[in-house]
Amino acid sequence: MKLDNISRQLLEKIANLHEIPSGAVSFRKDGKSQVMRSTKNIEIFPKEDKSGIDIVIHSSCKGEACHIPVIVSENGLFDLAYNDFYIEEGAQVTIVAGCGVHSTDKSGHDGIHTFHLGKNAVVNYIENHLAIGTGKGKVMNPTTIIKMEQGSQMTMTTTQIGGVDYSNRITKAILKKDAVLNINEKIMTSGFNVAKTDFKVILQGENSKCDIVSRSVARGESEQIFKSNIVGKNLCFGHVECDGILLDAARIDSIPRVSAVNNQASLSHEAAIGRIAGEQIVKLMTLGLTKEEAERKIIEGFLK
Amino acid sequence: MLELKNISYSVVERDNVKTILNDISCVFDDYSITAITGHNGSGKSTLTKIIMGIIQPTQGKIYFNNIDITDMPIDERAKLGINYAFQQPITFKGITVKDLIDMASNSENSVSNACDYLSRVGICAKDYINRDFDKTLSGGEQKRIELALALAKKGKCIIFDEPEAGIDLWSFDRLSEIFDKDKLYIIVSHQERLLKRADKIMVLENGRLVTYDTAGKVLNELNKMKCRKNIGGIDEIR
Repeated sequence: MKLDNISRQLLEKIANLHEIPSGAVSFRKDGKSQVMRSTKNIEIFPKEDKSGIDIVIHSSCKGEACHIPVIVSENGLFDLAYNDFYIEEGAQVTIVAGCGVHSTDKSGHDGIHTFHLGKNAVVNYIENHLAIGTGKGKVMNPTTIIKMEQGSQMTMTTTQIGGVDYSNRITKAILKKDAVLNINEKIMTSGFNVAKTDFKVILQGENSKCDIVSRSVARGESEQIFKSNIVGKNLCFGHVECDGILLDAARIDSIPRVSAVNNQASLSHEAAIGRIAGEQIVKLMTLGLTKEEAERKIIEGFLK
Repeated sequence: MLELKNISYSVVERDNVKTILNDISCVFDDYSITAITGHNGSGKSTLTKIIMGIIQPTQGKIYFNNIDITDMPIDERAKLGINYAFQQPITFKGITVKDLIDMASNSENSVSNACDYLSRVGICAKDYINRDFDKTLSGGEQKRIELALALAKKGKCIIFDEPEAGIDLWSFDRLSEIFDKDKLYIIVSHQERLLKRADKIMVLENGRLVTYDTAGKVLNELNKMKCRKNIGGIDEIR
């Protein structure tokens, strides 16, 4: 399939792709499926009752990747897709999702992703969001629901690269015995962007573990609201960390919450928001970087 | 050659002017080691921060190789060859030890090259090279890496503010060998072993330069004066 320039540009940014990759893939553009390809270990089916796909990762999948990028480039289109992932017992998979919006008007994408991880399944989930174009009203509202069976592991790396005028990211997870969930979130906002994040993780099973790290940079007059709630219902470990760098007249609200409803739950949270520490800039300047170069390096590292 | 002419520094504290440094003039020779010592609050760190440009003097001039650098920003002084190792290393999230070594040397180092700098300060390089330079490192580890960055910078003048702080004395003996006479080293210290390595010693007291002479003379003078009461850390000097 030949890609137009905007699609190529967006795919490169959100999925590091220069063309439609080989292997399991579902490429959706402007609300319509463009490419849908299954493999022996990863089967993709279109939903019959609503917009979206079902993806079945078989137990035989050991390290294969699945790409499911979405692009919206039609002005005024608000695309909605329900994607359900069924990861069978013992399967190991990397799923690269992401959405790129190009618009000179209002448009957006709401992706509702539900993960069903079987026993001892291992998922590496990468999701990037980017909006470009002159339109004011580019919206992305990703919802991620994660159901983790015994011994399953999931690493979720989500990045809002920039340009998204409004986003409301909702993540809910429930973990059974020995399940492990690691979430790394990075958000960059500028101008008058508004980005909301809301995590709720229930550590239901014995020895379940969750670690949420959110790092954000807010520029201009943008606004970010970070909420998280880890609920410990068993002998379990949960930690949430929210760090934000404020530039210009931006604003970040951080509301981390931990709720232990079992006396063997071990939960913690930390939050740090502020400008770039002056001493960090000074240190890099003593190495020969200008003030601007130092700020850029600090932000790049922070969001790495 | 680094020259300070009539350097003074004052701050306003509760409507009163407090003098931190008072009319300091001196010359630091190339390819030599100068130790600056004195009790806590005597102005040692302030003086070195003024040389690096981190603090601006209230009065006076600074010349480096006959160039007036008094109003020059920190990064331009660094490019001229002045480098600074902090007493308390500054940590970062997401910036690795190798990133910092690359920034210091202004080049992309091979892992082997970067490891050489770390090995010189006595840490097992491969364990550290890709680690973030953050607070998960111990104080001693941070301090050694800070020293390695100063070496990687390859400047003409390196300022070390209490390089021994946070490093156990047993290993610091070996570490002190990094101070050679291949460039100008300015070292703020109370440690006798470091003062003895110096060519010259400057003693500050209440922001004034009270002595600046060859190390032998100053150490003798300090001993004769029995200035335990006057010079902080004299127990360590002896």
